[in-house]
Amino acid sequence: MATGSNMPLLLLAILAKVGVVLLVLLTTIAYAVWLERKVVARIQSRWGPYLVGPHGLLQPVADALKIFFKEDIVPTEVDRVVYCLAPFLAFSLALLSISVIPFGESVTIGGATIHFQITDLNVGLLFVFAVTSLGVYGVALAGWSSNSKYSLLGGLRSSAQMISYELSLGLGVVGVVMLAGSLSLREIVEHQSGLWNVFVQPVGFLIYFTAAVAETNRVPFDLPEGESELVGGFHTEYSSFKFAMFFMAEYANIVTVSCLATLLFFGGWLGPVFGPPLLRALLPVFWFCLKVFCFLFLYIWIRGTLPRFRYDQLMAFGWKFLLPLGLLNVLVTSLVLAWRST
Amino acid sequence: MPNILREIADSAVALAKGFSVTFRTMLGRTVTENYPHEPVHFEDRYRGVHILRRDENGLEKCVACFLCAAACPSQCIYIEAAENTAEHRISAAERYAKVYNIDYNRCIFCGYCVEACPCDAITHGHGFEMAAYDTNALVYRKEQLLEAYPMVLAGRE
Repeated sequence: MATGSNMPLLLLAILAKVGVVLLVLLTTIAYAVWLERKVVARIQSRWGPYLVGPHGLLQPVADALKIFFKEDIVPTEVDRVVYCLAPFLAFSLALLSISVIPFGESVTIGGATIHFQITDLNVGLLFVFAVTSLGVYGVALAGWSSNSKYSLLGGLRSSAQMISYELSLGLGVVGVVMLAGSLSLREIVEHQSGLWNVFVQPVGFLIYFTAAVAETNRVPFDLPEGESELVGGFHTEYSSFKFAMFFMAEYANIVTVSCLATLLFFGGWLGPVFGPPLLRALLPVFWFCLKVFCFLFLYIWIRGTLPRFRYDQLMAFGWKFLLPLGLLNVLVTSLVLAWRST
Repeated sequence: MPNILREIADSAVALAKGFSVTFRTMLGRTVTENYPHEPVHFEDRYRGVHILRRDENGLEKCVACFLCAAACPSQCIYIEAAENTAEHRISAAERYAKVYNIDYNRCIFCGYCVEACPCDAITHGHGFEMAAYDTNALVYRKEQLLEAYPMVLAGRE
């Protein structure tokens, strides 16, 4: 594809895609925070942010300005190198997984085909799982290097929880991979053109979604930062921009798992497409964004509804319920597939 | 096995109930008071800054009986009484309060003065914005506490 003549154009397209995706992702993160504050406020019969701009829409800007101008405190007893490295690790790994997420079909402009995806890995799903697993390092190292008991406990909890739920997360998705026969996210979506996977793999979806909530350290699985027990958990000792890094990493992870849930179970960008060519090209992106938005809302809704698990409940639920259920789901799926192919 | 299935079903029902409650609350009204952009909504019996009342003829109700000052647990009410005369009539009774001060540095808004008053002269209003830079400014005089002279009567005179 990359012949000499259209090489610069291709490079430009890739750079543009990277820029646009990063911009959209960071804006989404900022406004996910706004949405969360607004929705949780409404659930609690409050107003939420409404002073900065109409309906508080400029609140993310104000928050960002505030947090950048805060004093950056590095406690004296911390392991300086690791302490400074951890938030960047968490944030960059959280951003990395978006690079293989396809958010639409491809368009052809001037003979060049542009995919709505930064790069189409044939093992995209595996890549996302690998990168999100590495994200534990950010949290664990932050907890360790802070040299504070709360941070350490938060980091320990986080690593234990992520390792426990990673298994269920993977098992929930195995059914989908078996159905599509591919690890490429694009192919998995295209395989769903007849029927969305959520109708074929409802148990798999429930397992994936529950594990994903746990993976992103969200309520009701937010024990790593259980403020009633651990002050702030792994980020207790962090302030200013470093804290913002962790904060953004958390929301970036939420966006990633929401994207993944959309792609794997809700048909990604598939949806009714009609109208003139431009609309035809952009509607899939719209459907994709809409589905992701629904998942973001679901996340916030869960946060506004459920209380936090106790630690033993968390472990028992993960190992004694979710994991066996995942195995059972894989077994049944493979049996059905084998029976159908004979 | 049926136990596990029932537990799962029960949990699902419980979750659905919980989520429906939060969703309905989300669409409902907020209870936040938008103070200071909008006025605060008070309960009728809110105990704010006191108001000294007038009777239907526009005369002060207070007859300087000192019962409020006696009832006050923080002793923040200071009264000086004076006799009414035919040409200088302030209240309907024999005496009236020449000075009536409430020291809001000390007042605890317990409402005992209002309970003690035999003439319903002192009542609680809804005023609460009384922050001051100077403690002297928190000693309210009778002129600040007194209900405004009714416009109907003022027009008739």
